[in-house]
Amino acid sequence: MISSTLYAAKRRSSTALVRDKKLHNLFLLPASQTRDKDALTEEGVASVINELRMYFDWVICDSPAGIERGATLAMRHADEAIIVSNPEVSSVRDCDRIIGLLDAKTKVAEDGGRMPKHLMITRYDTDRAKTGDMLATDDVVDILSVPLIGVVPESKDVLKASNVGLPVTLSDENSPPAKAYMEATRRLLGENIPVTIPEEKKSLFGKLFKGRAA
Amino acid sequence: MNILSLFGKRGESASVAKNRLQILLAHERADDGSDAVLISSLREDILAVVAKRVDIDPDSVRLEMDRSGDVTTLGIDIELPAAKAS
Ligand SMILES: Nc1ncnc2c1ncn2[C@@H]1O[C@H](COP(=O)(O)OP(=O)(O)OP(=O)(O)O)[C@@H](O)[C@H]1O
Ligand SMILES: [Mg+2]
Repeated sequence: MISSTLYAAKRRSSTALVRDKKLHNLFLLPASQTRDKDALTEEGVASVINELRMYFDWVICDSPAGIERGATLAMRHADEAIIVSNPEVSSVRDCDRIIGLLDAKTKVAEDGGRMPKHLMITRYDTDRAKTGDMLATDDVVDILSVPLIGVVPESKDVLKASNVGLPVTLSDENSPPAKAYMEATRRLLGENIPVTIPEEKKSLFGKLFKGRAA
Repeated sequence: MNILSLFGKRGESASVAKNRLQILLAHERADDGSDAVLISSLREDILAVVAKRVDIDPDSVRLEMDRSGDVTTLGIDIELPAAKAS
């Protein structure tokens, strides 16, 4: 999202949008890596987002890692935020900082409003959380005080999907991570469904083996 | 001897992580933003000095202040452009 492509889009209207090959109501504004990362101005981003608002139900700004300029630009004009965290100290810490920025440096916050926030925990391993070797979802929710929108389990299906160039929700819609993403989406759309942690179906043998190896 | 101690105590690392986070974040949340202002001014000063001699991308100067515990450290990380082959 943070790219000079976006800047070009500002000048040439929505022509920089690329229609997704699989999902015909999904359009992408690719981020190109150019030398001049500062080609993007705050006003440019604002005007592109405001233009896209007129044509689309949802405009999703993927934020680059960290809490630098890219992230602040991406969040600036948001109406709500999904904060994605791994159950790890460094990731939760960054999320806490991002939450601080969401409450201070966004348009919504500056206008006296409160940014609606959702927490998504990803790469979660139920077994390791159970044995106390990974922060549990409750710990992360406790620390960040943001309501959960979904928990995506750590899964081999994610790499498989990325290998074949598909989102995991399309490559295997019955896989645990795909289910988690679909559920989170329904919650984002306003459905009131309890948060579950989809799991791999284990055979009895798998269970025994896993229990032993833990 | 408890047999579990052979494998390390159950539940230890996650609760350590939670504790660490609580302490870390308490420090960071108490910060009134003056650090951020200081860091951004320092960053601009450093960038100006380096840019006098080397052609660098403004994004390649990164500063990080760490106030965890009793010591405060300032990390400065500057990425220089690759040497030109000519
Ligand atoms: N649920 C999961 N199970 C296993 N691997 C995962 C899972 N989610 C993500 N990964 C892996 O983690 C890596 C990073 O994922 P992703 O690109 O979604 O993270 P990101 O936070 O957007 O990273 P960046 O900050 O670089 O943009 C990828 O290689 C992906 O394969
Ligand atoms: Mg990413």
